[in-house]
Amino acid sequence: MKNPFFTSLSDFAKGRDDKRFSIEEITRYFLSRTESLNASLNVCLSTNPNAINRARQLDARLVRNGAQSPFTGYPVMIKDNFEMEGFPTTCASKILSGYVSRRTATSVGRLLSLGAIVLGKTNLDEFAMGSSTENSAFGPTKNPWNPARVPGGSSGGSAAAVAAGLAPLSLGSDTGGSIRQPAAFCGVLGIKPTYGRISRSGLVAFSSSLDQIGPFAVHASDALEALVAMGGRDPLDMTTDDRDPSEMRRDFQMTEIPGLRIGIPAEMFGEGLDSSIRDRLGELRDSLAGSGSREVAVTLPHSRFGINVYYLLATSEASSNLSRFDGVRYGFRVKEPADLRAMYEETRDRGFGDEVKRRILLGTFALSAGYQEAFYRKARKVQTLIRGDFLQAFEHCDMILTPTSPSPPFAFGEKTGDPLSMYLSDVYTITANLAGLPALSVPVGLDSQGLPVGAHLIGPPWSEGRLLKVADKISSLYPMPLPEVHAGHPAGFREGGLK
Amino acid sequence: MTESSVSLWGQWEVVVGLEVHTQLLTKSKLFCRCENRFGAPPNTLVCPVCLGHPGTLPVLNGEAVRLGVRAGLAAGCRVSPVSTFERKHYFYPDLPKGYQISQYAQPLLTGGSLRIRTEAGERMIRIHRMHLEEDAGKNLHAGIPDRSHVDLNRAGVPLLEIVSEPDIRSPDEAVDYLKRLRQLLRATKVSDGNMEEGSFRCDINLSIRRPGTSVFGTRVEIKNVNSFRFVHKAMVYEIERQIEAVESGEKILQETRLFDPVSGRTKPMRSKEEALDYRYFPEPDLPHLVLSPSLIEEERLSLPELPEQRVERLCTEIGLSRSDAEILVAEESLARYFEEGLERFRSGIADEEGLRKVRERWTSFVLSEVLRELNRRGEEVLSGPTGVTHAVDLLEKVLGGSLSFSQAKEVYGRAAEEKKTPVSLVEELGLVQVSGEGELLALVEAVLAENTEEVAAYRGGKDRLFGFFVGAVMKKSRGKANPEKVNEILRNKLKG
Repeated sequence: MKNPFFTSLSDFAKGRDDKRFSIEEITRYFLSRTESLNASLNVCLSTNPNAINRARQLDARLVRNGAQSPFTGYPVMIKDNFEMEGFPTTCASKILSGYVSRRTATSVGRLLSLGAIVLGKTNLDEFAMGSSTENSAFGPTKNPWNPARVPGGSSGGSAAAVAAGLAPLSLGSDTGGSIRQPAAFCGVLGIKPTYGRISRSGLVAFSSSLDQIGPFAVHASDALEALVAMGGRDPLDMTTDDRDPSEMRRDFQMTEIPGLRIGIPAEMFGEGLDSSIRDRLGELRDSLAGSGSREVAVTLPHSRFGINVYYLLATSEASSNLSRFDGVRYGFRVKEPADLRAMYEETRDRGFGDEVKRRILLGTFALSAGYQEAFYRKARKVQTLIRGDFLQAFEHCDMILTPTSPSPPFAFGEKTGDPLSMYLSDVYTITANLAGLPALSVPVGLDSQGLPVGAHLIGPPWSEGRLLKVADKISSLYPMPLPEVHAGHPAGFREGGLK
Repeated sequence: MTESSVSLWGQWEVVVGLEVHTQLLTKSKLFCRCENRFGAPPNTLVCPVCLGHPGTLPVLNGEAVRLGVRAGLAAGCRVSPVSTFERKHYFYPDLPKGYQISQYAQPLLTGGSLRIRTEAGERMIRIHRMHLEEDAGKNLHAGIPDRSHVDLNRAGVPLLEIVSEPDIRSPDEAVDYLKRLRQLLRATKVSDGNMEEGSFRCDINLSIRRPGTSVFGTRVEIKNVNSFRFVHKAMVYEIERQIEAVESGEKILQETRLFDPVSGRTKPMRSKEEALDYRYFPEPDLPHLVLSPSLIEEERLSLPELPEQRVERLCTEIGLSRSDAEILVAEESLARYFEEGLERFRSGIADEEGLRKVRERWTSFVLSEVLRELNRRGEEVLSGPTGVTHAVDLLEKVLGGSLSFSQAKEVYGRAAEEKKTPVSLVEELGLVQVSGEGELLALVEAVLAENTEEVAAYRGGKDRLFGFFVGAVMKKSRGKANPEKVNEILRNKLKG
């Protein structure tokens, strides 16, 4: 449901500056909506008790100085694998119980410095490992379009937050599709920028060479402003690039649809794709052609190894990144272990969920002596080939269009028994991470069951501005409503009233 | 390597390679801004990064890279224009992230060598590689019943690991290699090389084989041997253990052993089968380290005089014997003391012959008196009341003839003891050298009168008795007589 106050970031800024509403009013609206809907949706793992205070302070400052940025007073939710000083960071894992962060993620800090208000922290698959939020230690998040369906994952909470109108903007992290797939499932826009665009400092690492941070929003221009605000070199993250993030704003303005070359990889429209999704994408291709863009056939021959490569590289890095959760310095530790080894084993056995343990084992195996050459190293070589495919394709087209997900949002429990079929839900998104490329998912309406369908655009490095311009065009061709979510939802939402 | 100088242990050749971990003298740690300092209260020099908190990322300290490059250049290493960081995994409470960031595939430095000199002769020991890595913290067990504590002040301190080729052939060579390596690191201000504080630590890789064979024997690694004396002891023990084992038909196991300083033995720690699988893989949080040629050139140009060059210069320019020069250079601060003093004398004396005399006196003084006090009392002797200017003042008195050399030596020791300047002590004690002709003549005549038999013998050809007369005169003057003058007068009188 759209909020009654503003439609977009710029509309918010105007309403705020015209005194149509106060920041406190806005903050209270979103917090109370969250309070009333969270019991049924399970979007938020924690809300910010200082939000109202901060809103008041910003209102007071506004009277004196006026607003410094459109973001001044803008409500945001962040995935609970981002750090915020003084707040718990759970990663939806038992192993971080009781852990309170001592620093604020650079991405969040940059939004805060522009005056944004963090309303709360959203649910996710434990340590961002999963495609449905079913791997959360705090229970799954419901899809606001249909509470019997998953919201996607791992950033399911952040996607659902925007779709359910609990916040106009949220942040997620994307390692293999964790922003784009839930964006598609929840019918919102989600973008993963180029690797190195946004600092990962303060994001709890899953797979460091693949993780990127990005926003969920309704409007492409809002996502654009969020990227510009968060992007750029960070002295705390040596993998960030020097490029000026405002180039994205320039590209957004300069890009025109007529003459644009859209690459269509046949491999990604073939077997395994839900027919209803194929139909929606077909319509989109026609509409884009009608707007003056041109389709170009491209081929990504090594993409079929994407899932295999991803589950070797991502699990290898994860097995390493998650070594620090050992019960020694913070978080969960078993009581009275027999000895040091028992402390490690029992803490990690009881602290981590099944999927996390499965991936740690996979990664440890892929890196171990005698197997590293056949698994980890070979995967790195294939990664190079996948990247090469894309760079070659981009010599013939400006961006590549694919479905975001091979299937519509699935039902809870449908894939939990079969990890492989769960892994396959990232088949179209994973290669963008392996190649470090920017990619987004934008809604293109509903399928035959009334569930959202997403279109996936992948661009060359640093082309976020252009991708968002095309997403903006697609949004205007397929205006997407937000689902009507309210207390007493016919599909089974629990009773609760707006205050 | 000159094969002829290879020392044998019975019928066995000993093959040793050393791995040294040295802490770098940076202000902050390798991947965060925490202070790099020894001796602070536990867990006071820590932050989320070096505590391995979630969400933290390493940021490479450029100062550590510079120091590494400098050490490498000093040892003649090749500096890699591109080097890489890897993660080395194992679980231990003193390792916060569950992995150590190290350089594995492409180290910062490769090649290089160090010249050593032992009784077996002079040899070059090749260096295999040097690379950067982070130190771990420390587990504390002492004084805490039933539990262990962890101090993470040291976690993330920059280390340079220096790996030699297996070119070392005896415990003496190993110790000499370590001493020279430490000298080099100190001279270049890369590390303080302080072994007690753990900033210079050594692992030994040792095997034995029959001389003339090119195949290596099974290698045993001895971990963390933390003094030169222990290195020597551990090696002697291990060599004998291996020889005994092989000669009685046993096989040497490839294993890691620990040296126990109390028993003087090495003990098994873990076997090859138990060896940890470190699962090295590229550190995704750190891009490749790319060094600009200008940085390397800058470091090359700013290299100070290296110990070997200094020994050479002291020998050729100042005319010291090789062994004297080596002793001086082994103690950087003493060498500086020596050279500063010499400079002071040099500004006051013009003629070559005078300089030569002064240099001999000063060398002898520094290598005996100052070195002794330095060993006894530590570095503080080299400044304050017994600092170089005061020592020079004291020697000036000897050169001017108002004090004997033996008096000067005695005074210096007391000055160090009482923390007074030697010259003030000379005045306090009323020390003067008797150089007056009349006084000395009287002493000489008295001695000759008391020893008529010896005088006759001397005059009869027993030249060696001359020393006896000098000694007797010195004794009579209670050490105050100017020995040169005494010689002169005695020679004249005895001719008579």
